[in-house]
Amino acid sequence: MNNVGKNMNDVIPSPVGREAPKDSVIAQETLKMKARNVDVFYADKQAIDDVSIDVGLENVVAFIGPSGCGKSTFLRCLNRMNDTIPIAKVTGEITLDGEDIYASDMDVVQLRARVGMVFQKPNPFPKSIFENVAYGPRIHGLAASKLDMDAIVEKSLRRAGLWEEVKDRLQDSGTALSGGQQQRLCIARAIAVDPEGILMDEPCSALDPIATAKIEELIHELRGRYAIVIVTHNMQQAARVSQRTAFFHLGTLVEYGDTSDLFTNPREERTKDYITGRYG
Amino acid sequence: MSALSLFVLVFGLATIAWIAARFRAARAVPLGEARAHSLPSYHGWYVALWLAIPALLFLSVWSVVSPGLVEQSVLSSSAAEALPASQIEREAILGEARALADGSLSAAFNEEARGLVPAYQQASGYYGMIGIVATLLLAFAGGAFAFLRIRPDFRARNRVERVVMWVLLIASLIAILTTVGIVASLLFETIRFFERVSVVEFIFGTQWSPQVADASGDEGSFGAIPLFWGTVLIGAIIAMIVAIPLGLMSAIYLTQYAAPRVRSVMKPVLEILAGVPTVVYGYFAALTVAPAVRDFAVTVLGISSASSESAIAAGVVMGVMIIPFVSSMADDSIAAVPGAMRDGSLAMGATNSETIKRVLVPAALPGIVGGVLLAVSRAIGETMIVVMAAGLAANLTVNPFESVTTVTVQIVQLLTGDQEFNSSKTLAAFALGLVLFIITLLLNIVALGVVKRFREAYE
Amino acid sequence: MMAGAAIPARQPTDWHSDAMQSRIRARYRAEKRFRAYGLFAVLLSAGFLVFLLVTMVANGARGFTQTEISVPVNFAASDLFLQPGDVEGDGTEAALASADIEGIVNAAAIEAYGEDGAELISNGAWIRVRDAIATNPDMLLGQERFWLQASTELDFGSRGDMGDARSARPERQAMVARWDGLDEAGQVRRAFSWTFLTSSDSSDPTLVGIWGALKGSLLTMIVTLILAFPIGVLAAVYLEEYAPQNRWTDMIEVSINNLAAVPSIIFGLLGLAIFINMFGLPRSAALVGGLTLALMTMPVIVIAGRNAIKSVPPSIRDAALGIGASKVQVLAHHVLPLSLPGILTGTIIGMSRALGETAPLLLIGMRAFVATPPGDFTDPATALPVQIFLWSDELDPGFVEKTSAAIIVLLLFLLAMNGVAIWLRNKYEQRW
Repeated sequence: MNNVGKNMNDVIPSPVGREAPKDSVIAQETLKMKARNVDVFYADKQAIDDVSIDVGLENVVAFIGPSGCGKSTFLRCLNRMNDTIPIAKVTGEITLDGEDIYASDMDVVQLRARVGMVFQKPNPFPKSIFENVAYGPRIHGLAASKLDMDAIVEKSLRRAGLWEEVKDRLQDSGTALSGGQQQRLCIARAIAVDPEGILMDEPCSALDPIATAKIEELIHELRGRYAIVIVTHNMQQAARVSQRTAFFHLGTLVEYGDTSDLFTNPREERTKDYITGRYG
Repeated sequence: MSALSLFVLVFGLATIAWIAARFRAARAVPLGEARAHSLPSYHGWYVALWLAIPALLFLSVWSVVSPGLVEQSVLSSSAAEALPASQIEREAILGEARALADGSLSAAFNEEARGLVPAYQQASGYYGMIGIVATLLLAFAGGAFAFLRIRPDFRARNRVERVVMWVLLIASLIAILTTVGIVASLLFETIRFFERVSVVEFIFGTQWSPQVADASGDEGSFGAIPLFWGTVLIGAIIAMIVAIPLGLMSAIYLTQYAAPRVRSVMKPVLEILAGVPTVVYGYFAALTVAPAVRDFAVTVLGISSASSESAIAAGVVMGVMIIPFVSSMADDSIAAVPGAMRDGSLAMGATNSETIKRVLVPAALPGIVGGVLLAVSRAIGETMIVVMAAGLAANLTVNPFESVTTVTVQIVQLLTGDQEFNSSKTLAAFALGLVLFIITLLLNIVALGVVKRFREAYE
Repeated sequence: MMAGAAIPARQPTDWHSDAMQSRIRARYRAEKRFRAYGLFAVLLSAGFLVFLLVTMVANGARGFTQTEISVPVNFAASDLFLQPGDVEGDGTEAALASADIEGIVNAAAIEAYGEDGAELISNGAWIRVRDAIATNPDMLLGQERFWLQASTELDFGSRGDMGDARSARPERQAMVARWDGLDEAGQVRRAFSWTFLTSSDSSDPTLVGIWGALKGSLLTMIVTLILAFPIGVLAAVYLEEYAPQNRWTDMIEVSINNLAAVPSIIFGLLGLAIFINMFGLPRSAALVGGLTLALMTMPVIVIAGRNAIKSVPPSIRDAALGIGASKVQVLAHHVLPLSLPGILTGTIIGMSRALGETAPLLLIGMRAFVATPPGDFTDPATALPVQIFLWSDELDPGFVEKTSAAIIVLLLFLLAMNGVAIWLRNKYEQRW
């Protein structure tokens, strides 16, 4: 990390290359999601340029990069939340268990139940805590009975580490919880439909350090059960929670590798400049 | 000289004073000297205001007071001694004499009136002259006082701006004055009404037949329950059954589903519905909807008692009028729900309609309810549709094909025609008006409160 | 850490099972249905509007025309003691008033069309002959052919069989046959009715016009504008720029917001009690109507004005104050000119609402039968919407098309006013 003597030219990122970094494509027995040559356009503006990446069950993947680098945009491709933006257009291939999620016969509703999402700002519905968690199972018809639903809600809240705090006030409004609790409620809500993957878009950026620590602990707990992708602008957080890290810059995937390698021994100049705080 | 021409004269003088004062102020500061505090035109305004305001104030007070003074002096003249003692006859004769004197009447019915004319002309000439002289004196005195104060260091601007502030304040006080006027006029007449008819009978009575009041000396019956019920049936029930689903679903479709082009065309189209005058709706209801509804009820439903002035015809048309109102309130409320809620629901795999039904509408509910309350308040105060399409019969019925009457219909009914102003019938109209005013006011206050709290919750 | 493992693991959801697939299909059907309901609601609402407008235009288009019948009048052979010299100069009016022109015209109609000839022309048709004589006295020496307004009965004959109960009556059917005969002979026609645009109320639907009501509306609107606009703008300026935060200001704001929501009929009661009974202003006058509507319109202008003034950014005020302008100068030179389009838009919208308003005018007596257009603000007057209401109450079926025609005129005025408001808003709308 000795870059004090570098001149300015090294700091300015070199022109973006078309080819994906070779080592971003890795073989895994637990491979869950696979993206190949993904481009995203907002109207005429290209937001993502040729990104290929694999996500497995074993490893939490962190997306890092300066703001506006396209990491959230790419995340939203993985469960087709970009469909809600009329001008967004996605090309390339993204598969979930080998199924192309952009195929015409792919059902978005089902896809989103299989790949859940947690947003930057906690967004519990203005309903009771119970109803917030029960929302997904209810619309997808996952609970056979009232008892079944109670069990799902309890299990989800337990997994999200919120059960002990709210078990006596399940009928209180979800919006009455603290910020950190609200975010864990949103995670519980996502877990309740028993998804295969969970996408987290800067889940801790609106939280205080104690609440952040709880969420990070929760991500550890959930690892292995779900394919987890977390977008973060906080490099320490990426180092703490993830096993693999992808660095995005100006819409391209610059480097993807084991978190420990990427932070201690970045191969790309741009990655090094970013993690040492040269820009971002 | 009439008050109007005097008014114009004072204005002319003020204009001249403005020009003169401006000129003098401009000359008062020789070139190269220290700058004057205020621009010359401010001095002009200052003098003009001093000239006009006291004179015009006096003029308006005098035009109110002087007829009384003229009458006083006529009554004390020798010609007035022959006047009859009865108050009403006296006033009739005095009125006639006044009309003769100012030339708006050419021949007298009462001989006494003719005798009073010279006294009238003399007195009004005398007081008219006092008015002219005093007005002009005040104008010149005010103008001269202000004119003499023109000096480079005189702070004309500050004084003129203070006057401007007072004018602005007075203009905004007219709103309070109007409110007070409404409350006072309604309250005053209502109290007089309740001196004749008991409050209990009015509010809880089920018999409404004010017409009897004319036929015999008897007061008729003023039980307003059938009116209140008719108002609720048409405005709060039938109209809302039409307006709430159509308005809400229109808002949902236009905000959540429609392509931008469709939305930009259909939204103004719906707003046109709100701009159509109510008299047009009323005519439409009476001409087209009411006969169709009656035929439908008689032939299809077999209700032989169906009236051509049915509650349902008026209510449906009123509902159509209210659609854009409900729709725009629902639109605003749904738009106020943060987009994160929508994303959260969609990310769970909910379809659009599930998101709308289970998340957006429940979250927007307070705003929508507030909007509906405002719509109800507008519907029950609506007059022309019900006057033209609903009936006059004060029935207490839940059958929407029968004729019912409403508070507003009865107000119009009681106040048209040649009634004496103090009859129970006309006073009853004011009592109904007061009830209507209070209820719409309460609905508005509650609705605005609900909407405000809802907005704050998402800010 | 967490007790997740304590709960027996659920079977993973099988998204491809038949039950789940059919459930999803059902959900998509519900989605489609819901969307269809929304579209249905929009189309139904718009359909109401279209139906209303089509009904009015279909009924009203005829109202702008009239049925006319050709009547030759032989003045020379008639017993009308009138010479061209009599109807020139000052004596014209008296001479025309004393001559029995109506009798001559009726006699001419009987001569031309037989026994019932006088029933084929409108009761007021002779006025057209009178006016023709006044403009061209020389016609008194010879014969002249006039197109005169047909009576309501003949007018209905011209519509043929309308398939309703009234058309089945024998006298109506006789009239239809009569019309057909006259039509073949070229003795009847339908022509644009200037009468409808230039005359006033009448009890005969063939003679009514909207000019009197239109003029009444115009006078009323002038009074409303003169009062409501300055007061509304000044009050808006006070509330936005001067008002201190205190109880008075709160009261003013609450009053204005509530006045904007008070039912219009309450303003009618106010006008009746205050302007007519307390101040003794004349009933049925445009002055009182204008005063009443001004009180109703003022809150609308205040609210629009406040929004327009609020949208002028503080930076502009600061810039002007910074170079030493006084508060009034800032207002007069910068804030008011910049907010004027918004204020005008609000004013036009308020005025168009006042133009369509009927109920308060009924209460202050503007429903009187007014056969001559009002000359000034204190003359008995009526207004266009009130005229529509009065005609809608008439039993004579000839009034239906006249009522609808008057509605078309009213809607055209409102459309024009709103068009101007939208144009102003688009032209001068500024985004800061």
